[in-house]
Amino acid sequence: MVVAALASKPEISPATLTHLQRLEAESIHIFREVVAECENPVMLYSVGKDSAVMLRLAQKAFFPSKLPFPLLHVDTTWKFQAMYEMRARMAAELGADLLVHQNPECVERGINPFDHGSLHTDMWKTEGLKQALDKYGFDAAFGGGRRDEEKSRAKERVLSFRSAQHRWDPKNQRPELWRLYNTRKATGENFRAFPISNWTELDIWQYIHLESIPIVPLYFSQVRPVVERDGMLIMVDDDRMPLRPGETPMMKSVRFRTLGCYPLTGAVESTAATLPQIIQEMLLTTTSERQGRAIDHDQAASMEKKKQEGYF
Amino acid sequence: MTAQAAGTHQSSLIADDIDAYLQAHEHKSLLRFITCGSVDDGKSTLIGRLLYDSKMILDDQMAALEADSKRVGTQGGDIDFALLVDGLAAEREQGITIDVAYRFFSTDKRKFIVADTPGHEQYTRNMVTGASTADAAVILIDARRGVLTQTRRHSYLVSLLGIRHVILAINKMDLVGWSQDTYDTILAEYRDFAAQIGITDFTAIPMSALKGDNITEHSEAAPWYDGPPLMHLLETLPVEDDLQSRPFRMPVQWVNRPNLDFRGFSGLISTGVIKPGDRIKALPSGRESTVERIVTFNGDLPQAVAGQSVTLTLATEIDISRGDVISIAGSPPPVADQFEATLVWMDDEAMLPGRPYLLKIGARTVGASITEPKYKVNVNTMEHLAAKRLELNEIGVCNLSLDAAIAFDPYAENRDLGGFILIDRISNRTVAAGMIHFALRRSQNVHWQALDVDKAARAALKGQRGRVVWLTGLSGSGKSTIANLVEKKLHANGRHTYILDGDNVRHGLNRDLGFTDEDRVENIRRVAEVSRLMVDAGLIVLVSFISPFRAERRLARDLQAEGDFVEVYIDTPLAVAEARDVKGLYKKARAGELKNFTGIDSPYEAPEAPEIRIDTTKTSPTEAAEQITAWLEGELDYSI
Repeated sequence: MVVAALASKPEISPATLTHLQRLEAESIHIFREVVAECENPVMLYSVGKDSAVMLRLAQKAFFPSKLPFPLLHVDTTWKFQAMYEMRARMAAELGADLLVHQNPECVERGINPFDHGSLHTDMWKTEGLKQALDKYGFDAAFGGGRRDEEKSRAKERVLSFRSAQHRWDPKNQRPELWRLYNTRKATGENFRAFPISNWTELDIWQYIHLESIPIVPLYFSQVRPVVERDGMLIMVDDDRMPLRPGETPMMKSVRFRTLGCYPLTGAVESTAATLPQIIQEMLLTTTSERQGRAIDHDQAASMEKKKQEGYF
Repeated sequence: MTAQAAGTHQSSLIADDIDAYLQAHEHKSLLRFITCGSVDDGKSTLIGRLLYDSKMILDDQMAALEADSKRVGTQGGDIDFALLVDGLAAEREQGITIDVAYRFFSTDKRKFIVADTPGHEQYTRNMVTGASTADAAVILIDARRGVLTQTRRHSYLVSLLGIRHVILAINKMDLVGWSQDTYDTILAEYRDFAAQIGITDFTAIPMSALKGDNITEHSEAAPWYDGPPLMHLLETLPVEDDLQSRPFRMPVQWVNRPNLDFRGFSGLISTGVIKPGDRIKALPSGRESTVERIVTFNGDLPQAVAGQSVTLTLATEIDISRGDVISIAGSPPPVADQFEATLVWMDDEAMLPGRPYLLKIGARTVGASITEPKYKVNVNTMEHLAAKRLELNEIGVCNLSLDAAIAFDPYAENRDLGGFILIDRISNRTVAAGMIHFALRRSQNVHWQALDVDKAARAALKGQRGRVVWLTGLSGSGKSTIANLVEKKLHANGRHTYILDGDNVRHGLNRDLGFTDEDRVENIRRVAEVSRLMVDAGLIVLVSFISPFRAERRLARDLQAEGDFVEVYIDTPLAVAEARDVKGLYKKARAGELKNFTGIDSPYEAPEAPEIRIDTTKTSPTEAAEQITAWLEGELDYSI
């Protein structure tokens, strides 16, 4: 694999920085600005590829210091096993303070994606996130949202201001000029910070490639047990998954373009087993990234609605 | 449809040799640009076309686009590219803030970030926001309509924000039969106008965004045009080319101290180049040192350039903190605390001279106020108009005064050291964007006179602690009556006091002021300054002013040392004060004979956390005076 450390080329071209160098510098700048001006920041860590890039950028922003904030995983208990393994590995390698929050009400009521539909996401993720932010009193939370993901994110600010009730008011967002971010807020108010706002999916993959950033193996193709359900290939990741009549797990060479709760995340049939192959497949593929996620199909403009309610 | 040479080449490389593609893609540069023009000029169509021609539209999006085009499109069933980007149209219907949307696409040579902003005058702030980070601007003109008022406005804003590369896209040429005369006429008219507002260099392109002419390929429809198509121009414009040749500047964002042996200064290099061994100067302190290492996660660098985020360590330990600027020693930025600047007002609440705001520039935040609005600019005609305040979306030139000196460069030379935002201290909203022109000479020539006898010494002589007792409340609430009683009691106790009464001061010091919001702010500012002098002289000052705005009371508080400002809220409900109407003013105000009367047609913002609150419906003036005096005497510390 090609390993070309981005910033460590012996001679920086005096001409122009590459687009990834400019994006990296901007992201680092945002990390530092928020850490310098906020009292109690946290980074949301979802174990996916965007989180992997965020983690590397955060390391770069504060090197040689350790991360000056903890990582928070808002867990649903329904993530892929491989994600839990990666989570443990990264926390150990970075010596980072990892907080895991599981909504106790969900635990008690056994909320799951099979019986509870969209309630599953609302309660584990949206409510869980709010609970965790309140519990620890975080006033700023870094997230890996990107503007290219879908329409309502295209207008999102780098610092997204939230009321004390975690609501996002699209009418009341602050203008962001130059490299200046207004981090002032009243007690109880908080904001979400999106350092990789201006990255695209291709930028993320390319950066992972150039920087040799470890990612969950699920992104690479492998023969895995799946069932076809509601037009999606769902991996049978553990024995909690009830099979419907007529469903038998098939062994297929598949990989995942995004990672979430395994019963809600569709796999794609693929043989791409290396990063260049993944990038190649992504560039030649003809459907956009979020098609693999059940959450967006609920209703039109669903993301905007979820955001207003406090979803990341 | 236009052949997609660029796109085709990319896809074949992706399929045949992904490693070669990745290598090439790795070395792409980044161009940020803004598109200006209304929906009618074809702006959305142009952006949709650029996304489409650079193959950024995926199958599921394309299917949705085709369906939408048939359903709501304006092109008679043909693909309506505008629908790709028009989240904005929906917003308008829903009445949500029309905003800046960012779009991304890339070609063989470059990655692009497009700031897509609405064009109407009421969205000036959005356009300024989008323009603040742009390397280039594409200004669209409808060839049938020529240079319009809004073309002028957009061009003025582009020039104001200092965007160096301007592309004039004369669009819809197919609708004027690709007439060279029409093109030349528009071009000549624009050139005259552009020169007036300081745009000396721009490139014009005749095009049809809808049909795809002169977008990615030279169009045969205009054989008389020998310039490049738009995409080619966007791919070859120099980006940030001159930043590295300027003197080194880096605002310090964060002091990096992992352990006692390491002390680094982290920031994003604004201009210039730095190498270990370079002599640097920290501003505003002026202390010098030498760069020892340029530290990054990927290892130390032999040099770093504008646009990179790095951490510098120095050979000697000098005091540098967040907000300071590290510059090359031989060519440091000036330091000052008073400036002339252009302001773009972005808040619903108008700018008021004298009101205390926060100013953020680089990594520094300081208190600031507008001392003198000079004029505002009519963004449609470029006329200068006299102005005492700035409303939402208005642009004006003002003098500003800061609480502390900062290192700066004129905005024209450096966006990071010359561009700032103003933040409201109460609402925390970003209320303005500003661009520094130059420092006012008096800020460099008026020096603070250090005196040997100080406040504590003067107060000690009187056996008391100087402070301000600030009584605020509606007209007729009983402030003056209570202040008078308090002074009598303090005086009897041997305290040296003075009363500043609203009515009395308006007969002298403030007799030039009326009752507009601007004048009310200035009224309080002067009284706050006078009371500061008196406290400095060791006096106990009783201020009896309606002082209706929280922001100005905050200003008065901020002028005093911690604990030297005692806010007393004389809480009398409007109905009660109006029923008393000792001076007959409420009657006049109700009759319309008195304008801007607090409580009637001008707001009163009650204190949120006063040191003392007096409810006059339950407390008599004498009782109130006793309470205040007791509080003061109990609190006063005579040991100083």
